[in-house]
Amino acid sequence: MITPAHYIVLSAALFIIGVIGVMVRRNIIIIFMSIELILNAVNINLIAFSHQWQNVIGQVFAIFVIAVAAAEAAVGLGIILAFYRNKETVNIDEMNLLKW
Amino acid sequence: MAEAIAFYALSVLILGFAILVVSTRNTVHSVLFLVLNFLCVAALYVTLGAEFLAVIQVLVYAGGIVVLYLFVVMLVNLKRPPETHQDPRRQTLTGFVLAGLVLGELVAIAVYSALPPTPTGGVASVQGGNVERVGYALYVDYLIPFEVASMLLLVAMIGAIVLAKKEL
Amino acid sequence: MLDTVVIPLLKILILLNGVLIAVTYMVLLERKVIAWVQVRLGPMRVGPYGILQPIADAVKLMVKEDITPTRADKWVFTAAPIIVIVPALIVFAVIPFGDQVDLFGRTVSLYVTDINVGLLYIVSVASIGVYGIILGGWASNSKYPLLASLRASAQLISYEVAVTMTLVSLIVVAGSLSMVQIVRAQQDAHVWFVFLQPVAFVLYFIGGLAETNRAPFDLPEAEQELTGGFHTEYSGMRFALFFLAEYANMIVVSAVATTLFWGGWLRPFPSIQVAPLAWLGLVPGWIWFLAKTFVFLYVFLWVRATLPRYRYDQLMRLGWKVLIPLAIANLIVTGFVKVLL
Repeated sequence: MITPAHYIVLSAALFIIGVIGVMVRRNIIIIFMSIELILNAVNINLIAFSHQWQNVIGQVFAIFVIAVAAAEAAVGLGIILAFYRNKETVNIDEMNLLKW
Repeated sequence: MAEAIAFYALSVLILGFAILVVSTRNTVHSVLFLVLNFLCVAALYVTLGAEFLAVIQVLVYAGGIVVLYLFVVMLVNLKRPPETHQDPRRQTLTGFVLAGLVLGELVAIAVYSALPPTPTGGVASVQGGNVERVGYALYVDYLIPFEVASMLLLVAMIGAIVLAKKEL
Repeated sequence: MLDTVVIPLLKILILLNGVLIAVTYMVLLERKVIAWVQVRLGPMRVGPYGILQPIADAVKLMVKEDITPTRADKWVFTAAPIIVIVPALIVFAVIPFGDQVDLFGRTVSLYVTDINVGLLYIVSVASIGVYGIILGGWASNSKYPLLASLRASAQLISYEVAVTMTLVSLIVVAGSLSMVQIVRAQQDAHVWFVFLQPVAFVLYFIGGLAETNRAPFDLPEAEQELTGGFHTEYSGMRFALFFLAEYANMIVVSAVATTLFWGGWLRPFPSIQVAPLAWLGLVPGWIWFLAKTFVFLYVFLWVRATLPRYRYDQLMRLGWKVLIPLAIANLIVTGFVKVLL
């Protein structure tokens, strides 16, 4: 019997993998992909509870999450491209212009 | 029984591909594993009875967002790999420690708050399939957020075009 | 057991074999049709009128040497043709070839499955195929395939937007996403949807030509500019998989056009029961379906033999500045009419 707790653990594990990716990798594209993993972990939770309570509102929220993820990817990748044109790097440690 | 097999198989695939996404050196391979991960998540949605969301996941994530990533990875054709130099501030260790703490906390929450399953009728006021119910909720109960989300996408689209254009 | 496992597996087996045979004969048909248009004979040597040519082609492709370039990314190079062919084949699962028929005393439906998000499933699965094209071009580690794959993916993504937008207005009319329900809706409406949505049909067909990389939108395979396209470095069976996928996608586009716009398995004048038209009802539904699909496939070949290729900037301008605004306008008009009626 698969209970919501199973789904929570799965989503927590996926979330953690995403967090590790954000913290450990220095390639900003990989960091963006880790953020997508985190958003997916959230969506799994929403859908699991939507199934549990037989209520579609969780799915509606997941659709909003996907919309936000699409917006984030578009703008974020635009920033990466603009940055890469100027500095020829995608290493996040070298993206420190705002510190000066 | 079938549900358990599907859940465990998909969980292993989802977590395995997620680990490969964050650990692979080659960025293009990483993007590929991300697609596989999203497809497995979509399959998990199908087992949870959310077909519409599964299809949206494939259409928007796998068919749209990740193609964008792949484009950027190809355009950013790296002459020097970004991770050759040493990690100056020991962020790797901090990352793993923090991640472990969060995992412990989440598992604790999950274990202590494991409610007995009490499915209720909910507010499923519309009969019909998954698509009809999601559509009803989206366009009747959540119309304003839906419009706000569309504005967000419009703003993001204009912002991305402005950012990516060389000169205006 | 019989209903849940054996019959679906049999259907899948018949469907896959049918599709693959249809694809090989599409290649022969294409060569023949173009030959007729150009007042040539086409393949004539293998068998009478060349009808065994597909078998010769298949044998040739299978025994050819399978080359992987040394600097290629081995895994991705191998995976790319598979990524292209799988979506092209699994889309057929939701295409309704006919209504239920009685066969050996059982009621059998002439489709593998009918899911309530059928149309979205087709669109989303088809959008996976673009990965194979991008990755195939990238993994070859060769400049012409890379250029072709970037062209192809930009083209596919642009036209996917237009096609999806167009299909939304059809969904508004039909009131369902299930392919079977859409055909039933045409029966209930007493009219094929092409007469309610003519603009949508034209947009869909143009978009379909572009999404299958067919002439006049075959920029990714422009031999004169790119020495062959994203599959330049592929040979043997891997090349054949790309080829199979392209033709399978043509069949999918034709079959979807038939289902959505031309009444699927319904006969012409689906609800007029007068004596002069009674003979139309004698023809089984699946024959109507296959006949209509064949007409569209023929139009694909006819277009290729007739029209010159677009330039790349013209292609992008057509997609973004003509097709997408028209699709949105069509959707708005459809919405207003639907609300007002």
